[in-house]
Formats: sequence, C-alpha cells, structure tokens
Amino acid sequence: MSATPTLWSITRRSLAKDLRLEWRSKDAINSMLFFALLVVVIFSFGFDPTAEESRRIAGGLLWVAVLFATVVALNQTWTRELRNQVLDAYRLSPAPPQALFLSKTIGNFLFVAILEVLMVPLFVVFYNLRSVGPVWQLLVVALLATWALVVNGTFFAALSIRTRSREIMLPLILFPISIPALLAMVDATTSILTGDNSPYFWMRLLAVYDVVFTAVSLLLFEPVLNAE
Amino acid sequence: MESPVSGIVPAQPAVELHDVARHFGRFAALRGITADFAAGRLHVLLGENGAGKSTLLRVMAGLLAPTRGTVRVLGATTQREVATRFGYMGHAPLLYDELSAMENLAYFASLYGIHDDLRCAEAIRTVGLDPKLERRVGQYSQGMRQRISLARAIVHQPELLFLDEPFSNVDVGSARQMTTLLADMRDAGTTIFVVTHQAALMESVADECMVLEAGRMVAREKGIPERMLSPYAMEARA
Repeated sequence: MSATPTLWSITRRSLAKDLRLEWRSKDAINSMLFFALLVVVIFSFGFDPTAEESRRIAGGLLWVAVLFATVVALNQTWTRELRNQVLDAYRLSPAPPQALFLSKTIGNFLFVAILEVLMVPLFVVFYNLRSVGPVWQLLVVALLATWALVVNGTFFAALSIRTRSREIMLPLILFPISIPALLAMVDATTSILTGDNSPYFWMRLLAVYDVVFTAVSLLLFEPVLNAE
Repeated sequence: MESPVSGIVPAQPAVELHDVARHFGRFAALRGITADFAAGRLHVLLGENGAGKSTLLRVMAGLLAPTRGTVRVLGATTQREVATRFGYMGHAPLLYDELSAMENLAYFASLYGIHDDLRCAEAIRTVGLDPKLERRVGQYSQGMRQRISLARAIVHQPELLFLDEPFSNVDVGSARQMTTLLADMRDAGTTIFVVTHQAALMESVADECMVLEAGRMVAREKGIPERMLSPYAMEARA
C-alpha cells in the first residue's frame, strides 16, 4: 500500500525506529545515567546541607545535572544518523523534514524523562528533600523544562552535526540560548520546594519559551537538515 | 550543446545538465558539464578516482547543490518535487547497523508512504537475500550490505536510479546477479546511472558510457568500448 507520507505517520515511524535503536544499543541512556549519577554523588560529597538549605539549592543542582546529561544524549541522537550516512536516505525521501525533528525531540524527551524519574528519588535520599509546595506543580515544571531543554538541544545538535568538534560546539551554542529556560526551571522548582514564592510566573515563562522555540525550530529545520 | 556524443540522440531526457559546476572550497570537482541523458537507458559513468563521478551523481540526486549551472531531473529543477520517482545508492550503505534488513526496509519504505511488508520482502529477495534473516545489518558482510542497500534504493520502485559503486566488495557471482537485475529494470523502463570502476561487469548491459576526467566529461560513447574495459584503460589513454 502506498500513501502520501504525513507528518504524523513519519514522526511515529521515526520515533519507533529511534526507540528500537536505543533499546538495542543503549548508547544514550547509559551515558546519561552514568553522568547524572556522578553529578549527584559528587555534589552530595561537596555539600552537607540542612533540609532547609537543600530545598533552596536542589532545584539548581537537579537541573544542572539534567542539562549536562541531556547534552550527552543529544550528541548521540544525530551521531547514529551520520553513521553509514543514513541521513542522506532521509533527505532524499519525500518525508517531511519536520517529522524527523519531531521524532528526535520526542525521543529525547522520553530519554530525559526516564532519567529524571530515576534521578529524583536519588535527590530525595541524598539531599533529604521534602517539598513544601504541591508536588503536581513540580510535575508540570518538569514537563515544561524537559521540553525546553530537548527542543533547543535537538535543533542545535542538528545544526552542529557537520562541524568537526560537534561535542564542544553543542554546549557552546546551547547553554547561552538556554539561560532564560534554565533560570525559569530553577526558580520555579525552588519556589515550589521552599513554598516561599509563587512559581506561576516562571512556569508561564517556560511555557512561552517552549512554544516559541518549538515553532522556530520547526520552521528552520529544513535548511538545517539540507545544509552541506 | 557541447558534448562529445557519438551516435546518441537523447529523447525525452531523464536528466538534463547545463553547465554544471561544483566546487569544494577552491577545488573544482565538476567543471561545466552539459549533457542530456535519455530515459529508459543504462548509463555508466567511468573515470579515475577523484574524476568527479560520485559528485556528479550526488548533484543529480539533489544531495549536493551545483555551484553553477542547472540540473533537471525528470523535468523538475528541485529533486524534492520528484523524490518518490528516483532512488539512490551511495558509497555508504545508508542503513542502520542495529536493525535487520526487513526493519531497515520497512522504515525506509514508510518514508515513501509504503506500509507493505510483502513489498519489502520482495525487494530483499530481488537482490538475492532472505528477508527472514534476523541478523542485524551491522553483522552482514560488506557484499550483503551492498545488496540490502540496493534493495533500499528500489523498494519504492523508482523510474530513475542512481548507483554509486554498487559492485564494490561484492563477489563476482553476486555482481552478475545485480547486473542482470539492473538490465531487467532497464528493460522495464527504469533509467539507471551506474558509477563504477568495474566496467567489464556492465559491458553487456550498458547503453552508453561517459568518461569523466578532472571534473569534465571527456568522452561519451554507445555501450562500453573495449579500450575502456581494462582497469588501466585510463592510464593507457594518457
């Protein structure tokens, strides 16, 4: 059966393929977990905070650990498309370029979400954390913040794949552009954990950031994919 | 048109090149190639390493933009307009090592809107392999990967096919099988471009051959003349 490939059908197919590749190779998830675990353990040795101090610094520590681990996964995302020049096969096909971007972003979102699910209990144990604010707000912040990290990261990782030192290039481009999102996710998390301030301003900022960067990335992805 | 054609009158060209040049920095890989290539023929591109054969194929397939000149493929100036109508097999296999042959083909077929496992299995059988092989492509021999790569290029039944070194690392028997398959496809109306150093393999099936030298088309002839069959023919000509 031959039908016009649609954005959604190709996104689903590409996502399923990426999940299968990751399941078999475990390239991204293993390196992310190892890296994040190292950060948590090293920070826990470096600080010996009280419960109150923990609530104030945990937001920053958690998101810095996630950010660094995300960069590891982002580099893997496109590397496997360069092996055997598989990306050329996609470029030659009539499939919409945006479908590839969306599938990679959703895939990275899932990988980072799994990492967070595994990391949070460690943070709770190592830093003796207990949230003063409602936990559901933390969940919303986690979703918005994770999307902010991966949508930008996937786009800039694609932009840097053809550069010689792409592992260095990616953080150099990604970190500065992620500063507003990082500020929002750290402040929102800290506000919820301490219960001192309302997190809604930061949550709205994250939502706007997500919408703007998703739209811009989708619009600009085709020239990035076809760049020589 | 300035082309050293001898006795070939292109009708309804599948590919039209006009003054096509491609530079990589200061290096000129292609230097003003002008030629029309008839549909339904098997065209063989010959030349030494670095002559510009692969670059020309990539320009025709739309993977590289020409620095100068125009390329029309199946009547379109943008290859994306006719993406469903042509296939490409490159130097690299363009396959995922961690997937089996069927998984690879099912994915690449889906990019063309094809969700039919039977068609994928048929493409694998066509190149002489077993679609039930569950081994991952990364564990295949180089020759098997080449054949799966060809299956990927033809799974959507294109009317135009670009093949870059399809016989490299393929044993003689398999190469003969592939040649027969290409001849059958040509007889069914598919236009085929083959870049190869193994001209002798294509001798019996090629409709014409072009010789590239330093980015220029220096000869274009019917079939493959005997003097070009030797791997050292280029050297002898010089």
